[in-house]
Amino acid sequence: MSAREEILERIRTALKDSPVAPEIPREYRAASQLDEEALIELLVDRLIDYKAQVSVVDNAEVPARIAELLADAGSYVVPTGLDAGWLTGLELEHDSRRRQDSAAAPLSVAELDGIDAVVTGSAVAVAETGTIILDGSPNQGRRAITLVPDHHICIVKTTDITGILPEAMRRIDGTRPLTMISGPSATSDIELERVEGVHGPRKLDVIIAR
Amino acid sequence: MSTYLGMPSIPVYGTGNLHASESFPKAAHRELGNAQLRANLGHATHTIRDKRIAVVSELPDWEQLRDAGSAIKESVMARLPELLEQFEKTFTARGGVIHWARDATEANEIVAGLIRETGETEVVKIKSMATQEIGLNEYLEEQGIAAFETDLAELIVQLDHDKPSHILVPAIHKNRSQVRDIFLREMEGVDPDLTNEPARLAGAARAHLRRKFLTAKVAVSGANFALADSGTLAVVESEGNGRMCLTLPETLITVMGVEKLLPTWQDLEVFMQLLPRSSTGERMNPYTSLWTGVTEGDGPQNVHLVLLDNGRSAALADEKGRSALHCIRCSACMNVCPVYERTGGHAYGSTYPGPIGAILSPLMTGIQAEENNSLPYASSLCGACYDACPVKINIPDILVHLRSVDVDSKRGKKKIPTQMDVGMNAASWALSSGKRLGLLEKGLPLGRLAAGPDKKITKLPGIAAGWTQSRDIPAPPSQSFRDWWKKEHRTPEPDAAPAASQDQENQP
Ligand code: SF4
Repeated sequence: MSAREEILERIRTALKDSPVAPEIPREYRAASQLDEEALIELLVDRLIDYKAQVSVVDNAEVPARIAELLADAGSYVVPTGLDAGWLTGLELEHDSRRRQDSAAAPLSVAELDGIDAVVTGSAVAVAETGTIILDGSPNQGRRAITLVPDHHICIVKTTDITGILPEAMRRIDGTRPLTMISGPSATSDIELERVEGVHGPRKLDVIIAR
Repeated sequence: MSTYLGMPSIPVYGTGNLHASESFPKAAHRELGNAQLRANLGHATHTIRDKRIAVVSELPDWEQLRDAGSAIKESVMARLPELLEQFEKTFTARGGVIHWARDATEANEIVAGLIRETGETEVVKIKSMATQEIGLNEYLEEQGIAAFETDLAELIVQLDHDKPSHILVPAIHKNRSQVRDIFLREMEGVDPDLTNEPARLAGAARAHLRRKFLTAKVAVSGANFALADSGTLAVVESEGNGRMCLTLPETLITVMGVEKLLPTWQDLEVFMQLLPRSSTGERMNPYTSLWTGVTEGDGPQNVHLVLLDNGRSAALADEKGRSALHCIRCSACMNVCPVYERTGGHAYGSTYPGPIGAILSPLMTGIQAEENNSLPYASSLCGACYDACPVKINIPDILVHLRSVDVDSKRGKKKIPTQMDVGMNAASWALSSGKRLGLLEKGLPLGRLAAGPDKKITKLPGIAAGWTQSRDIPAPPSQSFRDWWKKEHRTPEPDAAPAASQDQENQP
């Protein structure tokens, strides 16, 4: 018997009392009742609690804010699908600091390691938990680009902010390569105290664009 | 002679790091002598308790989430064969490859074989209970493959040639100064001026592992969840070492117990609310990665999953114990456990310590394996673990159940009754009848005599000696409660004697 058949058979035999699968009680909250302002306020509060830097700006101010945050970066990478309008605060045509990345033309890990910052969009955010979800869409790019550079600048549109996790999960396709981000990389491994800054980006800047 | 029906004889128990090699009381006795260990554990478990309570009480629907989580897991167990087959289909359809491992040895061989195929001799690893359980690192070392643990706590344990003592924070028994000393001693090229500040220590780990991450071709991971309907795997982590391992290498090999499945994508919304708050006491952990087979151009292109039985089917066969498999390894039960807080994780022997380990280990190995029958007694049955468990595993109930399984298993084996058997038989004889008990109570003054003038019994004979090892027994009273009651409630009327009638032996 193959291992597969044998394991399945062992499990069937273990269940010979035919336990009944219960109905799943889904009485938990499926949606929050917060309006846009309250959602923004809650998300900002949570992100700051995680030691992320947050700014809430009008859409028109996003390019200037990005340029400001990138002032000290020697180099930065953007996914090819990033909204070009967001980069108008930087010399759009010839910012020599800028690198582009896509699945078709990926940068190597070593190249990414030499890049200071990354700018991406996001798929959806959860205010209650301070979580931003990336789903690898063209404006977010391959997972590696938001991981290797030490500074992640992430733009969240107010229309993408949900109140609680079930709302967000119901908006995304689970089969995409997903990363849920709640603050900069951190650890609780020494005496169970959270300290920021281990292997992922140590600096997370969130720009909430309304 | 039994007829062979082509069915595997079950239960088939698990192997690997699931055994206590000495009995819990013995191991606990040794660990309790380590005052530093107790201080470290006390500090850490109290920190995490407070954090957990704060974030759990924030959610108005915590109990509803627990109810859903518990029911989902119960339904997974009831439907396990069907869900495994469904998951196999969806995961494979997306380019992943599934392997099945009956036990620890088979799983180790599969993983080593897959690594050998890549031609690599080094792998990076994300913390995983399953690979700890099967002893993968040790096996790979024998095969000439070096496995680098990348989780900070695992790194501390590995550098110190120590064993994990907690499922979430394997180095919980070390404080910051001890961690600094280990880094200074074992980490090549470390800054000699390293301080014991956690942020500096985390920085040192980052520098130490960076090159490994950027050049690794193969990663080995565990998984927190697997979704049957979409074929998706999930890893919940904090540091980003998980993302490094799951994203940068070409080959990803995941080892996961068969019980980790969830039926649908929707179920994840329940567990991603339950797990972070119960484990690190955060609203959400910093990073969660989800992948479904292979995504072209993004992440590993050679994706494997080893589905592990190793005693899980045996645990499933125990109707009263199977809910131990609902465990999502959050560690809340050990963080609230008064026994764990004092003994630490090493005393439990197995990869799975604390209250959950005390039931899971013997369920997976069989109660008669080595010293695992002592584990169900490693509890005061206070119930704190049950209250804390996000999927409502009734650990105290299962502990009591396993104690009875243990007693039954011994009863069958021994010809000569033990002191315990004799004592229990005597007690059942005496307690089944008021008259018999009354007769025995006449002996109470004898106990007073044994206690001597200071009215304390400091040493009981036989197996009862354990009771007096750390406490004295007060001398028994000169009369029993029943005698006293009889005297105090003697009715003045000579014809009605209710007190006496209560003392009549009940006829069967
Ligand atoms: S038994 Fe419950 S509380 Fe303990 S680790 Fe498992 S899920 Fe968490």
